[in-house]
Amino acid sequence: MNDILTIILVLIGAPILGCLASGIDRKLTARLQGRVGPPLLQPYYDVRKLLSKDNIVVNPSQNFYVIVYLAFIILSLLMLVFKQDFLMIIFVYTVASVALVVGGMSTGSPYARIGSSREIMAILSYEPVLILYALAIYLLTGTFKLSALLDASSPLLMYTPLIFIAMIVVLNIKLKKSPFDYSTSHHGHQELIKGMTTEYGGPGFATIEIAHFYEYVFLTGLIFLFWASAPVIGVLIGIIAYLLVIVIDNITARVYWQWMLKLSWTILLVISLVNIAFLYVSGVKLI
Amino acid sequence: MSLAKSPWIIHVNCNSCNGCDIEVVACLTPLYDAERFGVINIGTPKQADIMVVTGSVNYKNVNVLKNLYNQIPDPKVVLAVGACASTGGIFHDCYNVVGGVDQVIPVDAYVPGCCPRPEAILDGVVAALSILENKKKGNIKGKEVKLKGNEVPSNA
Repeated sequence: MNDILTIILVLIGAPILGCLASGIDRKLTARLQGRVGPPLLQPYYDVRKLLSKDNIVVNPSQNFYVIVYLAFIILSLLMLVFKQDFLMIIFVYTVASVALVVGGMSTGSPYARIGSSREIMAILSYEPVLILYALAIYLLTGTFKLSALLDASSPLLMYTPLIFIAMIVVLNIKLKKSPFDYSTSHHGHQELIKGMTTEYGGPGFATIEIAHFYEYVFLTGLIFLFWASAPVIGVLIGIIAYLLVIVIDNITARVYWQWMLKLSWTILLVISLVNIAFLYVSGVKLI
Repeated sequence: MSLAKSPWIIHVNCNSCNGCDIEVVACLTPLYDAERFGVINIGTPKQADIMVVTGSVNYKNVNVLKNLYNQIPDPKVVLAVGACASTGGIFHDCYNVVGGVDQVIPVDAYVPGCCPRPEAILDGVVAALSILENKKKGNIKGKEVKLKGNEVPSNA
């Protein structure tokens, strides 16, 4: 009974939180550019408007991929909330990302195709870091189960500061913010129009937006795990990381995908591996 | 009221001299900040609500304009910005010019001027919003415009 209550709370609460986070993003971006900016609930108005419009799709399978994307994002968030196997969460989350890529590819539009292939590059560059993050959790607790993190003697961040830095960049890639926002140029009307989501409109696009709201919560949840033993500090770290991503978004310009791949496969991967090597050599155990 | 709170525009340049275009872009800059009304200049017609057209229509782009209009999901409105988009302007009797935008697709609101001030364009967008709401309430769908090669409209 308690589980069902939690599921309902996550299903309703997460999009509200994600919507507010998205609104704060737009407001903060506007303030940093010296504008007044839209109201805080603007993402909610956008979604409500999109739901009331006609659904125009190039082919019917587009709708299917969008549903898969939403369902797997929700599934990965629920698995995170229920403290399941972290490796499995990463795999489920990857299925969601790939569904969006395939949805973009299925349209045949050149903008969506280029956006999708760029998103594949993004997946290629952040996935190893996520796997190493899972490995660090395994080395420290002896299991991939997240429930072990709750009764850890000290927070994860104490022993994985380098992976934390790498995860901030992964957050940047995953939220599609500058300098890694080229798979879907999130300000619109740029060289890629809207990247993967170019051919979506109306309710289909609204579903993607709602899935993004869930994704915001899920990704901040990954940062939260660094200090899961004290939830207040964990949430605080998540919020700080999110605000940091918005600031980075506003002070950087877009880079080539080659730059991102070089950055993640050299610096991020190396610092993560150094961290893993340290954990392996010192043999620290949190439990 | 949901439509009025987030009008996403698609900006179409039909043979414009760029005068009206930079005024449209000026609306989106921090000075006028159209985003505070929820306006986003979206690139794709599939996500747009308001079609902002600048410049007179000529035979080269008449099909492009029709194509873009057909791809916007209902409810939608068309806003003709500037003298050229409204009537053809000083180009109305050129041999390659069809005329104003209303010769090709149904136009809901006009913003006159050469070129119109950003305030006037924002006024036009706000006027388009109430039309958009009415269309939503009355469930008025935009008619699909047939693509017809280089055919000359009857009253041109």
